[in-house]
Parts: sequence; C-alpha cells; structure tokens
Amino acid sequence: MTKTNELVKKLVEEHGVARESLLPVLQGIVKEERYLSKEAMRDVAEQLDISAAEVYGTASFFSFLDTEEKGKYIIRVCKSITCDMKGKCELVRTMEDILKIKVGQTTVGKRFSLLETNCIGLCDQGPAMLINDDYYTKLTPVKVREILGDLIRKTS
Amino acid sequence: MTNIPKKADILFSAYSVEPYQILKDAMKRKKEDIIQELLDSGLRGRGGAGFPTGMKWKFGAAEKADQKYVICNADEGEPGTFKDKKLLTDVPRKTISGMAICAYVTGATKGFIYLRAEYRYLLASLEKEIEVFEQKAKEFGLDFEIKIFMGAGAYVCGEETALIESMEGKRGEPRNKPPYPIQNGYLGKPTIVNNVETLASVSMVCRLGAEEYKKLGTSDQKGSKLFSISGDSPKEGVHELELGMKVSDFVTEYGDGDTKAIQVGGVAGYCIPRKKFESTIIGEGQTTGGSTLIFNSTRSMYRVLHNYLDFYAEESCGQCTPCRVGCQQLLKGIEAVKAGTKPPKYLDQLMKLSNTMNLTSKCGLGQSVTNSFTTIVENFREEMIF
Ligand SMILES: Cc1cc2nc3c(=O)[nH]c(=O)nc-3n(C[C@H](O)[C@H](O)[C@H](O)COP(=O)(O)O)c2cc1C
Ligand code: SF4
Ligand code: FES
Repeated sequence: MTKTNELVKKLVEEHGVARESLLPVLQGIVKEERYLSKEAMRDVAEQLDISAAEVYGTASFFSFLDTEEKGKYIIRVCKSITCDMKGKCELVRTMEDILKIKVGQTTVGKRFSLLETNCIGLCDQGPAMLINDDYYTKLTPVKVREILGDLIRKTS
Repeated sequence: MTNIPKKADILFSAYSVEPYQILKDAMKRKKEDIIQELLDSGLRGRGGAGFPTGMKWKFGAAEKADQKYVICNADEGEPGTFKDKKLLTDVPRKTISGMAICAYVTGATKGFIYLRAEYRYLLASLEKEIEVFEQKAKEFGLDFEIKIFMGAGAYVCGEETALIESMEGKRGEPRNKPPYPIQNGYLGKPTIVNNVETLASVSMVCRLGAEEYKKLGTSDQKGSKLFSISGDSPKEGVHELELGMKVSDFVTEYGDGDTKAIQVGGVAGYCIPRKKFESTIIGEGQTTGGSTLIFNSTRSMYRVLHNYLDFYAEESCGQCTPCRVGCQQLLKGIEAVKAGTKPPKYLDQLMKLSNTMNLTSKCGLGQSVTNSFTTIVENFREEMIF
C-alpha cells in the first residue's frame, strides 16, 4: 500500500462511505498532500463506489480542491474589489519577482504556488492574502518580502 | 441636515445574558409563541434574500419528517462582506444558541455550520464552542448536535441549494426552486438554512422581545444590522447600525469626505452615485447582505465594474447558458467599448443582456448581475467610454 492508499483508507474509515463523505475525504487528502493526485481520486472512487469521473467532476468545481500538484506553501492573494483598490497588483508583481513564477504557477522545487483568489473576507484590512490556512493583512511590498523571506529560510 | 447614523449595540455587546440562558428560557416557551415573536419582530434573513425568518421557521415546524436539519450558512463569499466572520469570532454563542432555538422550534435534531474554506483558521475555536454547547444541550435535555462542514472554495455554494448539493458530495450547482430546502433539503429532508447573523439576531429577539427589538429600524426593515464597511473610508470594519438611514448621513459618517459612490449589498447589490445620496435610504428595498463599499473620486468606475464582472465570470457555476455566456459577454463588451472597437451605444445592448440574464438565469448569481451592471453603466457612462 502506498502512503496515499493508506491516507484514503484512514479518511474513509473516519468519514464513512456515503456520497456525502466525499468532500470531507477530499479535503483530508488535500490537507496532507496539498492536491488530489489521479491515484488518490481513483482510490476514493473505488472506496465510495462511484466513478472516478464523478470524483474528478466534483473536485474540479472547487478552488480549494486542486487536481494539480501544488507547493508546500499555497499563496492566495485576494484580487477582489477592495484589495484591488488598495494595491494588490503591486504585491503580486513583488511576489512574482521573488519567486520567479507567474500567478497560477508553482516553483520548480514545489515550495510555493502563487494563486489569486476572490474576496477572503479581510477587506477592511486589505490588501490581504492567505498562505495555506493563515491570513496576512495590510500588506505592502516590504511586508511581503519579509513574509516570503522567512518562509524561504524556513524551508532551505 | 445630517443625522449621525444610529448605532446599535446588541449583536456585538458582550454576553449580558449568557446566550445559553436565552436558549434555556426559550425552551420553556411554546414553539408557536417563539414563531409568533419572530413574526412580530419583523426579522428578515441577513443572508441576502431577506426572507422573513419567522415564516421560514413556521414552514419548517409544519413539515412532517423523521429527520430535519438546521444549517447555519457561514459561507460569506460576497466581496466586501466580513460580518459573519466577526460574529463567529467575537460572539459565537449567539449564533449557536439561535441554531438551537431553531432546532427546538422546528424539531430538527442535527445541525451544521457550513464554514467557508477561507475561514479555516476559525475551525479550532468553533469546535471548542460546540463542545461547550453540547454540554449545555445535555443539561437542558435538548436533542440536537452540531457539526462543522467545511466549504471548498466556491462563491455560489453560499446559495442554499448549491450549499446542500456540495454537502451531499456533488458539484455546487444550484437546484431549481421549488422545492425549497424547507421541504426537500439535505439528503431530501426538510432543512432550515439561515445566515449566521440571522441566527444571532434570533437570540437577540428572544432576549429583548419583539416589541423592544422592533423599536430599532424603520417600518420596512426591523432591528439593527451589521454593515461591513470597506474601501475609501477611515472607519473600515463591521458596524452595527439601525436600519433605515439616509445614504448621505452614512457617507458623512463613514466616507473620507470625497465619496463619489457607494455599493450596497456587495457585488450583487447596487451602486449609488453621489447625486442620489440624499434621496436613498439604506436597507429599504435593497439586498440585505450588508456589505458597503465606499469609492472616492480617485476611483475609476470602469475598473470597479471590470473587477465585478471578472468575479462573476469566474464564479458562475456554468450550469445555465444566460449566466455562463452572459457574464463573459458583459466583460468582453465593456472592454470593447473602452477600447473603442464597439460604439458607446453598445452599452445599451449590454444592459438589455443583463436584464435578460435577470429574467432567465436559474439562481440569484446570474439574476443579480444586472443590479450593479445597470447602476454603474447608467450613472457613470462617460467613465465606461473614455
Ligand atoms: C450566489 C449566492 C450566494 C449566496 N451567498 C450567501 C452567503 O454567503 N451566506 C448566506 O447566508 N447566504 C447566502 N446566499 C443566500 C442563501 O441562498 C439563503 O437565502 C440564505 O442563506 C438564507 O438565510 P437567511 O434567510 O437567514 O438570510 C447566497 C445566495 C446566492 C444566490
Ligand atoms: S445563474 Fe449562474 S451560478 Fe446560478 S445556476 Fe445559472 S450558471 Fe450557475
Ligand atoms: S476584497 Fe480582498 S478580502 Fe475582500
């Protein structure tokens, strides 16, 4: 059994095999592996006795259920109205510069993925972003450099 | 004459009465009395559609079924809205107690808080609160358990039937209504879906009584309500205000002195230009979502509208053609007018398209695009062209 097999088995035991367990199971996989590999989706399909197409169809609907490999740190910069007004574009440029990737891409070493997302409910403290489950507010290019610098040091 | 918007202080006030005491007191009353109290209070849903809460609960209580559910909608995805997060952070027991009162009144034994993925950092503290609640429920002899269901990142899942679809493990595509969740909801069972703020307000109505609660607000809109204020404002944040204030008073208090327009009800709501500040009342006849974005004169309304349409084009679930194609056409359309490849009168055609979307789209997402589209294009036409 691979690590993924074991994870899926554990999650299905925890949540059950009913269709309504699908999202919790997929979320559990993403939490550990940061994305849903083909192997994981096939495995879930088998365990829940639904087609792999159903699993993929559902997963692909949701922006927090990635079906492509993502970095250890997933950066989601808010691009909705208030953050846009407060200078989100400059932040994105700064991060693209530091990470040497464009929005939507993952660094070669799979450390960072840079994504844009819609309003994350921190508009009064914008511009804002999430890195994995943590939030960062009132961002400036200087602040962003520090935050990324810390994470880069932590992982190298 | 300007009046300072009347600030209320009930939703966020510290627990002057322990919310679970409110629940305990409610459980001593007849179910019909609580429904009547809610009807009398005039409380309407705070999630956007503004449906009278007492009515919803009355229907829910009348359904016969072996299982009913209560869902607290904490999907809060409307751009510019962050009040539900603040309630769940600062006074979660008011909302949980509202859910439990709903369970008592309607006979539901299972409840869910549908928490958006972007708020996962609230999960641990909410789980602790649920443990506290479950102790209390045991003590009071209430058969009701609450679980948290995490969303997975889709604005449309705030729509109650899409929310239910996603909980059932499917794509979050809205269903046709009727049947409403109240008859045919989660797993086909009667399900009462209410917004976080609505449920917290229920606790407040039960504590104060309809008479006291009604003293706040105007004839059309009762009570106080949370406003998420952001944009060009020195006082960004969540403010609890009585309903029925003039936009001009609101802007005087919360604007930066140079306000050119505000957007009420989020992206799904309406844009109000300066010339209409004096004649418009916030709350009446508008969506009750409670997001207010403030724009000063440095802002390009073309850029604002472009941002909204980009949001819609991305978040449309794609299930029905008017919305899926319409959102993209509107976006391309304003770009073409701006670039000069389409004449200015093309804007009128686009407005017609948005009206058609309003009539033919399946859910509130596609139906509401016209609100902001028309109010921005009509009031800021020059900015769309030059
Ligand atoms: C596109 C769309 C998104 C919505 N998002 C939310 C939301 O994030 N939170 C919410 O409470 N209601 C949302 N609603 C409204 C719900 O469908 C539903 O009316 C509401 O949760 C009912 O609760 P209430 O009666 O307490 O307002 C949304 C509706 C639509 C059409
Ligand atoms: S109106 Fe838009 S979001 Fe709603 S069901 Fe149709 S395509 Fe989906
Ligand atoms: S607009 Fe960025 S958090 Fe809301």
